[in-house]
Amino acid sequence: MNAPMPLVKKLRVATTSLAGCFGCHMSLLDIDERILKLLDLVEFDRSPLTDIKHCGPCDLGFIEGGLCNAENVHVLREFRTHCKIIVAVGACAINGGLPAQRNHLDLRDILEEVYQTEHLLGRAGIPNDPELPLPLNKVHPIHEVVKVDYFLPGCPPSADAIWKLLTDLLAGRTPSLGHGLLHYD
Amino acid sequence: MSLTFQLDGEDIAFTPGQSIMQAARAAGVYIPHLCWHPDFPAHGSCKLCTVKVNGRFGSSCTMEAQAGMNVENRTAELDDKRRTMLQMFFVEGNHFCPSCEKSGNCALQATAYELKMMSPHFDMFYPDRPVDASHPDVLLDFNRCIMCSLCVTASREVDGKNVFAMGGRGILGRRIHINSESGRLADTDFALTDRAASICPVGVILPKRRGFDVPIGKRTYDKSPISEQVKEKAP
Amino acid sequence: MSETDLIDAVLDRHRRDGTRLMQILRETQEQLGWLSPATMTHIAAAIGWPRAMVSGTASFYSFFHTRPRGRYCVLWSDNITDRMLGNADLMDAMCKKLWLEPGRVSEDGLVSVNTTSCTGMCDQGPAVLVNYRAIPQMTQSRLGEMVGLIRSETPVSEWPAEWFAVEDNIRRRDILLAHDLGPGQALSAALQRGPEKTLGEIKEAGLRGRGGAGFSTGLKWEACRNAPGTGGNPAHYVVCNADEGEPGTFKDRVLLTSYADLVFEGMSIAGLVVGAKKGLLYLRGEYRYLLEPLESALAVRRQANLLGKNILGSDVEFDIEIHLGAGAYICGEESALIESLEGKPGRPRIRPPFPVTRGYLDQPTTVNNVETLAASCLIATYGGAWYAEHGTEKSTGTKLLSVSGDCERPGIYEYPFGITVRQVLDDCGATDSQAVQISGPSGICVAAEEFNRRIAFEDIPTAGAFMIFDETRDMFEVARNFAHFFAHESCGFCTPCRVGTTLVQNIMDKIAKNHGSPYDIDELFKLHRLMQGASHCGLGNSACNPMFDTLNKFRPAYERRLKSLDYEPACDLDAALSQARQMTGRDDAAAHLHNEEKT
Repeated sequence: MNAPMPLVKKLRVATTSLAGCFGCHMSLLDIDERILKLLDLVEFDRSPLTDIKHCGPCDLGFIEGGLCNAENVHVLREFRTHCKIIVAVGACAINGGLPAQRNHLDLRDILEEVYQTEHLLGRAGIPNDPELPLPLNKVHPIHEVVKVDYFLPGCPPSADAIWKLLTDLLAGRTPSLGHGLLHYD
Repeated sequence: MSLTFQLDGEDIAFTPGQSIMQAARAAGVYIPHLCWHPDFPAHGSCKLCTVKVNGRFGSSCTMEAQAGMNVENRTAELDDKRRTMLQMFFVEGNHFCPSCEKSGNCALQATAYELKMMSPHFDMFYPDRPVDASHPDVLLDFNRCIMCSLCVTASREVDGKNVFAMGGRGILGRRIHINSESGRLADTDFALTDRAASICPVGVILPKRRGFDVPIGKRTYDKSPISEQVKEKAP
Repeated sequence: MSETDLIDAVLDRHRRDGTRLMQILRETQEQLGWLSPATMTHIAAAIGWPRAMVSGTASFYSFFHTRPRGRYCVLWSDNITDRMLGNADLMDAMCKKLWLEPGRVSEDGLVSVNTTSCTGMCDQGPAVLVNYRAIPQMTQSRLGEMVGLIRSETPVSEWPAEWFAVEDNIRRRDILLAHDLGPGQALSAALQRGPEKTLGEIKEAGLRGRGGAGFSTGLKWEACRNAPGTGGNPAHYVVCNADEGEPGTFKDRVLLTSYADLVFEGMSIAGLVVGAKKGLLYLRGEYRYLLEPLESALAVRRQANLLGKNILGSDVEFDIEIHLGAGAYICGEESALIESLEGKPGRPRIRPPFPVTRGYLDQPTTVNNVETLAASCLIATYGGAWYAEHGTEKSTGTKLLSVSGDCERPGIYEYPFGITVRQVLDDCGATDSQAVQISGPSGICVAAEEFNRRIAFEDIPTAGAFMIFDETRDMFEVARNFAHFFAHESCGFCTPCRVGTTLVQNIMDKIAKNHGSPYDIDELFKLHRLMQGASHCGLGNSACNPMFDTLNKFRPAYERRLKSLDYEPACDLDAALSQARQMTGRDDAAAHLHNEEKT
């Protein structure tokens, strides 16, 4: 039996996926049984894991995905406002990733191609419901819009890499990923 | 007695005419680099091999080793500058590793791992660069070009073909020119067996129909960091 | 004559020699308007070069067009001095009158309007190049007339001759500009004395390079003279660097306009000393209009037996060729200039070896500034000791300053070295000056409290530019103009300069749009530290100087533009929704992003 944990306030953590595929969140779940240990140390605020809709004051914010529309920008700003530390998790948050592959195309051409050509969505018209967030001209990584404190590359970063970063942060160490944990693919 | 200089406090032997890089390589000491290749004359463009020689900055691939010189290599200051230059490469091109066949075998990526580059840091340029799929056996994806000119040199010096030349100016203009009026690789005498076809340190010149044939975990730089591999290759 | 015949005539005139590619491309383009893919294929075959190398060279230089250009190509000189004289409004007005966007060729292929780096008319701006012919002193009324002439497709050769008049504006003469040497006088003195003793005089004179770096001319000539030629055709070469590209500099233009004999004679003296039979004058493309007068001056000198074989009855042989550049600042760097002379992109070479041992065609070559060569005539005539009496101990002789900006009498001022900045300001009628940019963007920005400093290699070295800014000027905008200049002129060879100059430009634009924060200022300093140490040549090493100097001396000019003390994005997020708004027709609150928003 380990010595009892000293009674410290749990770190409050929020997570979100912007223009991403939730793959980074899946990888977080891949830490397997270590998640129990994690829950001893942290509690989750806004996150797909809790279904809390808005972020309260947090110690740590994990952002998966880049910025491809107005809503992404709102959410990112909410995180930056409420989280002491922001971590960009995964390729899309860090350099735009797969969604940014559209960046060499003009958004107008994309919308026309998708919504106004016969072989795709035909003459459905470009959706203009105010409920829908508008897409940005280009996809941006999150560090272009808010200050980001740490970066965790990978597509997705492995569970071990996520665990290493988390435990480093919780222990008050500057996160450091060695060979095999730091990868961009 | 053999000639030596100091590299991060270690004695490195050299023969007259050798560059700092060549001497270090022979001794199994890694100096980060991208455009330098042991088989070819130094190009000196990537500047990743910048070292401090007796307190002054210089490119180790172009500076001749001199007896008694004091060379700093893997200092925090120099690695910091190198990291910034790697970030410059990552923002000026389109380097999306997850969708690149070269991932795991890419010198740019491996060097960025070695220097613990965690993000591109700067705002991305997202340039619009062409892909040339015209050749039956080889794909050219200029999104990943780092302007090292190794393909230019290999095609000229080894293949005797001059399929490539570096042209244009500055961030917007500088690019590889293909030796045909159409600008297409298919309209040159380029062949998969050319030395230039296998020289690219990044994922620009790729053989077709061979993508991802080495599984993750077994690729060149999955096994060990690029710096270790220089040590292993030393005589 | 068919296009092919025209190209062949050009090729034949240049003996189908690939090292003359720059001249082949320029003359072909002067005939055909642009360099089409077929044209480049034809030229490549004729000179026996890989086609990719021909297109590689053509695409390097701003003045070569590998896409069709307008029949009238108007380029506005965009130095800060042109800005201060209102070039932006004039160019804007021109574009409106012609229904054009800058940089685009009109639909009918008639005209394009764009900017270009400083054309060396800073004392008589705003200046333009029309089909690469220089026109200074643009005004609104001249603009209106010009648009009319373009619309009526009047050939540029038939435009009013007075538009093309370029003034010398010499305001102060000293030993060089007031010289009384006749053609051949200095050369015959040198011939009489012989190469060794002439070299001795140059060394005794303490002559240093006038291009700004101040290397000893005597040592350079000596090193070149002592270096053996290589290969089957060993030779030595003299190159006159007339690629006067540093924004704010125009003294070489004046020397080549009114003192060409002195320059050519200096080249001949250099040839005698280093043992060269051939000299090459590399003239910047912006000074294309000087080519014919210079060729005529050479012809006169050949007639007078000052060039050619058995010069002045001796057994000495020397002749001079003129090469034109094509809009690339980097070619002012001597090894890049040599690359360009050989028909290649102007990329600075790896040094060593230096040009004095391995230069043009791999042969020992001395590359000297126009003014240095002109000054050598005084030394050859009057001796090194006489010359060394002028100026200061470490900076002998005189220096031509190209004075422009906020003053009553811009133009050329010749002073003995050691003159104070303040004296120059007094002489040219500058009042309320807050700063002087000396030696161009790569030089130093001198603030008012430093006006007692001296123009000399031991204090403020200079290639000659002296741009004055009075108290009404915004020093941030001065630096931003220079940041754009370097980003445009970086050759792109090395990583820190290729990417760094653009990053710096982008940061300066971000601050200009009031999106900056102290973070961005830190980034500028960081890029300065990197580029200064790691760049391949002087361009990258000095590209951040304007930011570094103005941040240290005029920091409030930056700070008043900063948006917050926090981090701010560079991209305009609301503008980033523009295309989607347009396509969906939405304009509701959710269809906008406010850049200030804090949730």
